[in-house]
Parts: sequence; structure tokens; C-alpha cells
Amino acid sequence: MTRPRLLTSRRAILGGLVGAGSLAVSGCTKSPPTYGDVLRMGDNFTYQAHRLLLPANALVRVYSRQDITSMPATGTTDPSDPKGDSYDAKLGPLYRRDAANAFDGWRLSVEGAVARPGSYSLDFLKRLPAQTQITRHTCEEGWTAIAEWTGARLSALLQIAGARANARFVHFHTYDAQIDSIDMVEALHPQTLLAYGMNGRDLPISHGAPVRLRVERQIGYKSMKFLRRIVVSENFIDPGAAGPIQSGWAWYTGI
Amino acid sequence: MSAIPAHGVAIDLHRGHAIWVRVAHWFIVASVLTLVFSGVAILVAHPRLYWGQTGNSLTMPLIELPLGPNYHNIPFGPATHFFGPNGPVSQPRLREVYNLNGWARSLHFIVAWTLAFSLGAYLLVSLVSGHFTRWLLPSGAELSPANISADIRAHMSLRPPQTSGGPPYNLLQKLAYLGVAFVGLPVMVITGLAMSPAFTATFPILMDITGGYQSARTIHFLMMCLIVVFLIVHLAMMALTGFGRQLRAMTVGR
Repeated sequence: MTRPRLLTSRRAILGGLVGAGSLAVSGCTKSPPTYGDVLRMGDNFTYQAHRLLLPANALVRVYSRQDITSMPATGTTDPSDPKGDSYDAKLGPLYRRDAANAFDGWRLSVEGAVARPGSYSLDFLKRLPAQTQITRHTCEEGWTAIAEWTGARLSALLQIAGARANARFVHFHTYDAQIDSIDMVEALHPQTLLAYGMNGRDLPISHGAPVRLRVERQIGYKSMKFLRRIVVSENFIDPGAAGPIQSGWAWYTGI
Repeated sequence: MSAIPAHGVAIDLHRGHAIWVRVAHWFIVASVLTLVFSGVAILVAHPRLYWGQTGNSLTMPLIELPLGPNYHNIPFGPATHFFGPNGPVSQPRLREVYNLNGWARSLHFIVAWTLAFSLGAYLLVSLVSGHFTRWLLPSGAELSPANISADIRAHMSLRPPQTSGGPPYNLLQKLAYLGVAFVGLPVMVITGLAMSPAFTATFPILMDITGGYQSARTIHFLMMCLIVVFLIVHLAMMALTGFGRQLRAMTVGR
């Protein structure tokens, strides 16, 4: 990795931001498909309204260590458990192997609309500038918890991979066979982290080890656990039943 | 046909509501009914209420509502302590909970938009057109102890002062409409926005004036209960004063 390359990709990212900004102003921020479902049209209306009216880089409130609370581990709590609801017969054993070796063999692949596709180890992510933030996790079920998260900014990895200026979505694939995405505004947000630490320790398996996403301005299920693959794209890619829209859930969850 | 109500103003029994009041009224009715329905569906996923910013299955609730299959029925595995033996813990939840939020949340938020627009329009036109000061704000004379107690006694005896289908309204009627339109529903909008992680990133003051996410959620629930009580009393008063006549006044307008 050399400096000029970083500068180029930073410029590309800034170009992307300006592009996304002007698209928002002209009222045509790209929305995910609705398949004629009025619920998904409502989700997209809220998404467009938020992108139009709310500043792209508004930060969520951060708390102090005394504010940290208990936090349930919900959804998949171990992708290698064959009894789990989202157990995947191919990915589960791979996760078990990586977990048994303290995730030494784990790699996060970054591909799609990037200049330099590649895969990155946990050590690599830990060598990037680390950011620690104590934030509130807001579950769609109605409960909340405050925890401290440590990780690298997603924007840093996107810079290294050279995300193209016209890229608009970042998709995440997990070891429990979930696929979901966020837009570039959320991906480049300074509090959007690839988190490998929780409350001062390595991220526990039940909370998404080795690396989970933190998308602080959306509902908890967007902060995906057990990351394995990142795909940057210019257009929205609907992953079908592995993603939220076709399984009947909102894609944008800023509310 | 006219009648003399308790406070001595001659009224026309067949006077209805202005067209903008009728349109806003029915948009708000449809929105509120759908919001109550989808809101209760959302609440069923986690029927526990808290105060402050945080609250979850591993912390103490303020109120636990015996509502749906998740009440006292969420199994958790062993606790892992984050810091010391008395500090916060993590526990794995052992199965998925009963959860309707895929449709309930999205439905709630679509209808929240229609409520925001119709309520906003109603409040704005009320204030700008003088409807608020002319028909809703109680006058000094109406607030005299004698009139207050007379109005309360009339309602308690189920013989409310005779009214037209539309304004003028008696004192308790004014207070009820002011309460629901200018306090209750706006509080629902404010506490709703206070639960939005994106909105509160831009307007963190909403978390401070409501006391935090979970306080906002608790107020949102309690105010919903009050609005449902208003709705029941509203329908009862319609029945007492002529259901058909009142319905005509709010639909065809006379």
C-alpha cells in the first residue's frame, strides 16, 4: 500500500460523496426495489426523506463507560451450531475452523466496484487506525443496550480497496448466510465501524466474532454479525431470501 | 330548530363541521386506528417498558405488559460478565421471539407520515384561520368555577349540554379536543421521532426532552392508552347526543 494510491482512492471517495450529495439534492437517490409492496414503498419514502432532510454526517450520541449496560445476544449466537436457525451447511464448518484458531485463518473479502479487490486478515484490520465508541444499540423489537465498540472505520477499508466514485451500495455477506446492504452515505459515515472489540475485549462469538458491522444510525439488524465478504456495487443487488426485502423486512431502518 | 345550552348561546342543531376539519378528521382517524393496531403488534415483540435510554431482557423493566406469547417467556443461556461479577452481562437468547415487526414497523411508519401531514395541516389551519381561538380556546367566562362544575355535573349525569353537530363546543368538549389534537397526538409524534436513531443523530434534544429512548417508548405507550380512552369517550358522547346527527355533521357537514 503506497501513499499515492491512498490519495487517489480518497479522491475517488470524495468524488463519490459529492456525487451522492448532488443525487440526493436532485431527488433521485437510488432506492431498492419494492416489488409493488406498499410497505416497501413506505420504507423507500422514509429513506428518501431522511437522505434529503437529514445531514449525511450527523453523529449519534456517544456515552461514557458507566453507561454500559447488559446486552442480550440475539439472532444467530454461533454460526457453527447446526441447531441454529440460520445455520449454513457450507459456511458453518468454515466458521468452526476459523473460530478454533482464534480467527487466524479468517479473511474479509472486499470485491465488486473497487479498484483493488482483495481479502484482509483480522490483524490487518487491527493495524488500521482504531476507533472506540460507546453507543446505543437499538433493536427493532424495542429493546436497547449501550456497549463500547472498537474497530476500523469501514470508510478506511473502502479507501484501501479503492471503491469507485460511482459506487452507491455496500453489501455484506455473513457466516450465518445473511446478506444485507447499506448505502454509501451510511458506509462512509465516521461512526460506521468494522468492529472487532466489545467492552474492551475481543468481540465474543455471540455478538458476531471476529468482526461485525456497526451502523449506528439504523436499527440493530443492520449491524450485521460474523462478516465474511463485502461487495461494493453501483446498483442495488437484491440477494433474495437471504436479504431483508424479500423476507418481508425494511431495508432502510433509520427509524 | 335551536336550543339554549347551559351557557346561554343559541345554537343551530344542524350546524356541521367545516370541510377542512372533516377531511383532516378522517385522515387522522384512519391514521390513528392503523397506528394503534400496528403499534400494539410492534409492542408484542417486547412487551416490557423501561425508563431512560436503555432497557432489555437482562435489565429491570418499569412495567411488564401481559401481552402476547413473549410475556415472561424468553429463554436465555448462561451469563457472561463483561467487567466484574456485578457489572453488565451478556446472555445468548435461546430462540427467536414472536415477532410481527416485518410488516408492523413498516406499516406504522407509512401511517406515521399520513398522521404527520394531516395533523400538521389541521394544527396549522386551526391556528391561522382563527378556528383555534374562536372555537377551541375556552373563554374566561367559561373557565369560571360555576361553569366548570355545571359542565362536569351535566356530563356526569349523562346529560351533556346540547350542542350542534359542529361548533360551538361546551367546555369539556373544548378541553378534550385541545388535549387530543394539540397535546396528545403531537406528543406521539415527538416521542416517536425520539426513538429514531437517524433522526436523533441530527436532533439529540429529543432524547433529552423525553428522557431517553426507553422513556420516549414508555410515554408513547401511555399516551396511546389515553388517546384510546379519548376515542371511547368520544364515541360515547356521540351516542348520547345523537350518533347519526354527529356522524352527518362530520361527513356531509350538516
